[in-house]
Amino acid sequence: MSVRPDARPAGHKPPFWRDRAKRALIFQLILVAVVAAFLIYIIGNTQANLEARGITTGFGFLSDTAGFGIGQTLIEYTSQSSYGRTFVIGLLNTLLVGGLGVLAASIIGFIVGIARLSPNWLIAKLANAYIETFRNIPLLLQIFFWYFAVLRTLPSARESMAFGEAIFLNVRGLYLPQPLFESGFGLIPATFIVAIVASIALVMWNKRRHEATGKRLPVFWMSLVIIFGLPLLVLVVTGVPVTWEMPVLRGFNFGGGITIIPEFLALWLALSIYTASFIAEIVRSGIQAIPHGQTEAAQALSLPRKLVLRLVVIPQALRVIIPPLTSQYLNLIKNSSLATAIGYPDLVSVFAGTTLNQTGQAIEVIAMTMAVYLIISLLVSMFMNWFNARVALVER
Amino acid sequence: MFNKKHLVLLASAGSITLAGMSTAQADTLEDTMERGAVQCGVSDGLPGFSAPDDDGNWQGIDVDVCRAVAAAVLGDSEAVNYISLNAVERFTALQSGEVDVLSRNTTWTTTRDTTLGLNFTGVTFYDGQGFMVPSDLGITSVDELDGASICIQSGTTTELNLADYFRANDMEFNPIVFDTSEQTVGGYQAGRCDVLTSDTSQLAALRIQLSDPSTSMILSDVISKEPLGPVVRQGDDTWFNIVKWSLFAMLNAEELGINSDNVDEMLESENPNIARLLGQDGNYGEGMNLEADWAYNIISQVGNYGQSFDRNVGMGSPLEIERGINKLWTEGGLQYAPPIR
Repeated sequence: MSVRPDARPAGHKPPFWRDRAKRALIFQLILVAVVAAFLIYIIGNTQANLEARGITTGFGFLSDTAGFGIGQTLIEYTSQSSYGRTFVIGLLNTLLVGGLGVLAASIIGFIVGIARLSPNWLIAKLANAYIETFRNIPLLLQIFFWYFAVLRTLPSARESMAFGEAIFLNVRGLYLPQPLFESGFGLIPATFIVAIVASIALVMWNKRRHEATGKRLPVFWMSLVIIFGLPLLVLVVTGVPVTWEMPVLRGFNFGGGITIIPEFLALWLALSIYTASFIAEIVRSGIQAIPHGQTEAAQALSLPRKLVLRLVVIPQALRVIIPPLTSQYLNLIKNSSLATAIGYPDLVSVFAGTTLNQTGQAIEVIAMTMAVYLIISLLVSMFMNWFNARVALVER
Repeated sequence: MFNKKHLVLLASAGSITLAGMSTAQADTLEDTMERGAVQCGVSDGLPGFSAPDDDGNWQGIDVDVCRAVAAAVLGDSEAVNYISLNAVERFTALQSGEVDVLSRNTTWTTTRDTTLGLNFTGVTFYDGQGFMVPSDLGITSVDELDGASICIQSGTTTELNLADYFRANDMEFNPIVFDTSEQTVGGYQAGRCDVLTSDTSQLAALRIQLSDPSTSMILSDVISKEPLGPVVRQGDDTWFNIVKWSLFAMLNAEELGINSDNVDEMLESENPNIARLLGQDGNYGEGMNLEADWAYNIISQVGNYGQSFDRNVGMGSPLEIERGINKLWTEGGLQYAPPIR
């Protein structure tokens, strides 16, 4: 750095308002103080207003008895459970449709995105048509479409479509047999975990061997056999300790088995298909962002086409894909709150709907609901940022 | 729908947060006079109770309460701003001052009366929860509904009663909860549920909205008591009295045989009760800061309780609900208003 000729002699300090670092610090302190004062004012004012109007406040209501029924509960719930429990039920239902939605949207999105680049004219155009149709229709209308136009055309409970004697489909939902595990079944998931660990070890050993000797084994197929073959073997050896509870028509509806309600199906389909159209475009743009020279260079090294994609194109494309993909995942999870329109019991419908109305504690309930979406979104963001950092270009 | 509902909720919650301290002790009567209109919260469209007619004018027995208050306060029953609220929005809208009277088929319960900072002013309609089922299902009693899928509207006492009743009788049910009554009927018509449950008066209203009402029937069983009435904010006793006595004036008018057609002749009446009600003998509106003709305005512009009942939900309406327990006490019903004196 150059030294200005008129620089002050060392030891002579300028007044603090001439010092840029101190000035910045002071402005930041003032800003923090203003924000804090605003928050204190808001909270104090809210409490005073609520008290003046005789509205009960606090989170004590969470332990009160809820007293209403919920259509889909992943964990034990009765109308005698607490309002706190309704929060958990709603949260789990939101996470279920959000998680499965992210999974399905990713799979459909990657397939359609790659299909859009296919040299086959028909496949490319079909993928294009899919994207342009679904991303240009509002999501709420798509949810209504799947719910009212598609699922409602299904037959009534007494005229169900039957697939064998085990699976039934009607306007009330999809009925599947439920596995009932007998003692000794715990061995099978345990074997499954062991098999996965063994496969990982195999892949790592193969990689080291490949680097040292240049020889490779078909580890993908070997892992597949280990992961699925081993538990299956244990299942047979232990004499299949599973019985299936079949859905049976009893009175109004099918009883027994697992029921997948049409509200869930409609919401899941709509969220996945809608978000997949955006993911497809992200995948396409990510792949096209890789200069063609990279592919040509890889081919010049006589790498087979499969390896060109796996080792050269996809790792680089991921760097472009992941940041916008994160936004799509966040959108999908937040969009799941549209569930309330078709009566799927998600967090907004159950907790910010029924619970809010039964207790009347709008501020607490809405604050909790907003905090949940914020936390879910931040967690997803954190994970995706971590993943992004892992695949990011490491500069040497 | 979702977006609107949450905007309203957030806006209302926000206004409680930000509102100045002064609004807590606000003088609703003064504000209403200044505005020249009563802010009245009504339903999202329930025929007979509060629903817009073909010309877009709100009609119904709940709407008549708003009109009565406007007639008493402003002398003009049409000076009402109607704000349509769904079941989830209604209390927050009232708490935050968006509406000054909530007259929206709302059941009077302890929790609502004591913990929400609200007061119920009376009962416009004594109701109970019933069930509507398709006629071809062959069901005649609630006890045959074990295992049924039931469509309900979110945020109602109905949701609680249903769970209580089925648990008490050791029966199972599968609730399908919708946001608005329109969607609830949609779900019922599409066969998503076997049964639709709501207050019996609402069922009658919903039934005539079906594409073919004769395919559905309302079970005679009633599993709860649902006194429906207007609600105001706590802490403004003058306003509370005005809304309470507007309804009482309509009830007293029916009891005394005064209606919108004969009210002008009745001004000459020798009956001291009638003279007091119509402001010919003393000013009973004074305690509420109203003019002496407050009740006269209500009766001449809105009519008495019986007229309102008949016009909106009774035999003079498409709903054709029997007067039943909503008859005056003099005729064996429950409707009873304290005397004007």
